[in-house]
Amino acid sequence: MPAPNLLPPEKVPPPKDGFAVGVLALQGSFWEHEVMLRRLGVAVREVRLPADLNGLAGLIIPGGESTTIGKLAVAFGLLEPLRAFGREHAIWGTCAGAIFLSRDARRSQPLLGLMNITVERNAFGRQIASFEADIPVPALKTVAPADERPFRAVFIRAPLIETVTPPAEVLATLDDGRIVAAQQGHLLATAFHPELTDDTRFHRYFLHLAGWAAAASP
Amino acid sequence: MATQVASYKVKVGLAQMLKGGVIMDVVTPEQAKIAEDAGAVAVMALERVPADIRKQGGVARMSDPELILKIMDAVSIPVMAKVRIGHFVEAQILEALGVDYIDESEVLTPADEEHHIDKHAFKVPFVCGARNLGEALRRIAEGAAMIRTKGEAGTGDVVEAVRHARAVLGEIRRLQTMAEEELYTYAKEIGAPLALVREVKELGRLPVVNFAAGGIATPADAALMMQLGMDGIFVGSGIFKSEDPPRRAAAIVKAVTHYNDPAILAEVSKGLGEPMRGQQAADLPAEARLAGRGW
Repeated sequence: MPAPNLLPPEKVPPPKDGFAVGVLALQGSFWEHEVMLRRLGVAVREVRLPADLNGLAGLIIPGGESTTIGKLAVAFGLLEPLRAFGREHAIWGTCAGAIFLSRDARRSQPLLGLMNITVERNAFGRQIASFEADIPVPALKTVAPADERPFRAVFIRAPLIETVTPPAEVLATLDDGRIVAAQQGHLLATAFHPELTDDTRFHRYFLHLAGWAAAASP
Repeated sequence: MATQVASYKVKVGLAQMLKGGVIMDVVTPEQAKIAEDAGAVAVMALERVPADIRKQGGVARMSDPELILKIMDAVSIPVMAKVRIGHFVEAQILEALGVDYIDESEVLTPADEEHHIDKHAFKVPFVCGARNLGEALRRIAEGAAMIRTKGEAGTGDVVEAVRHARAVLGEIRRLQTMAEEELYTYAKEIGAPLALVREVKELGRLPVVNFAAGGIATPADAALMMQLGMDGIFVGSGIFKSEDPPRRAAAIVKAVTHYNDPAILAEVSKGLGEPMRGQQAADLPAEARLAGRGW
């Protein structure tokens, strides 16, 4: 697990005063996302209630159990505030978060429906099929033009993105063409967990979508 | 592309996805559905909850694979199941079934009084109980990808879970202040590998996820464990031995998310009906205590 005192801060100019992003902290890997954001010098707020969204430039919906996150979002009146937030601001969902952003997950559970994608939950099977793989993500060149490395993608009981309909676009696939990341304007969905790596490129890509220009100039 | 299946990272990673959540003991597919509908992040499939194992006595073993498979079919969330301490063949069977996590558990009757399972040998990740830092690090050295307090299962009395959480977290805090040359003797004293002791000092926490378990029965119990610094909660007998399991289950889920918000804790604690009756852990004779199992 990443630890704030072990990972070095990255050499990027700090964002301007007042720039803060949220991490939906109902359940799941929210602390791991916070560690990555703090390494980049970004102010972070945990979001558990609608009022916590005020003034944020963007929001990450972490990995976790999508059914749990959905039920808690309903119970605490977050569905409509999150939809309204996502119409104006950047949101990035990892794994369960990507499911929550989709418009269809093939079963009855609360979804935000913000992105024109459909997902299949647990598409690779149960935990014994969880895996790590290097995948190319050309879009990361936006924030790291000189970095040729593939991205180490960690898939845990992961979903697949089955369909991507405009204005949503495919951002990354596995070797066999199956879709594992998509973007729709300022909305981002990944079936894998960049928060479980020490590679901050995806977090910088998200911060770039959230309006932090310096994220793109390391 | 370099692909690696069932790496240690994805074993620990699944537990990281369960953080801030509640894992519930269930004995039927119907209970599993109730748990999922209440917002559980995973279920533990069992033939008997710990309170009944305590009451009925006899040898407690791995559950019938048929029951475990029915529960796996009933829900979309991860399914865990228990094996006896040291019983690596029960673990092989659970891996063949495809369960998502194995609990090598003191709640079942131990199969080996000296050795725990070599958990590195499995693709399925393991969670193990611990009463203190040394025990936690011995289990991690054997390959455990998640730790939980032992508490005293099946009592509905949170006192032992608090004792074990305070022991582990307090020892980690003391470790932070130790000088490098003190680590060697400390590792020897607590019976833990030096490399892991050093890693915990650097991280300021266990290198794996650390849940509370053993005696949690109310939303307030769950929030107490979270405020003490645990990553999430197992509830065993506390839900389905209470008067209104669906409401109590949902209330505990909400309490774990909003563990630092007393107004919400007050709201979710209202009108839940009778909690499990329970049994004071202090009244148990030594031979009835489950936490002493494991070495």
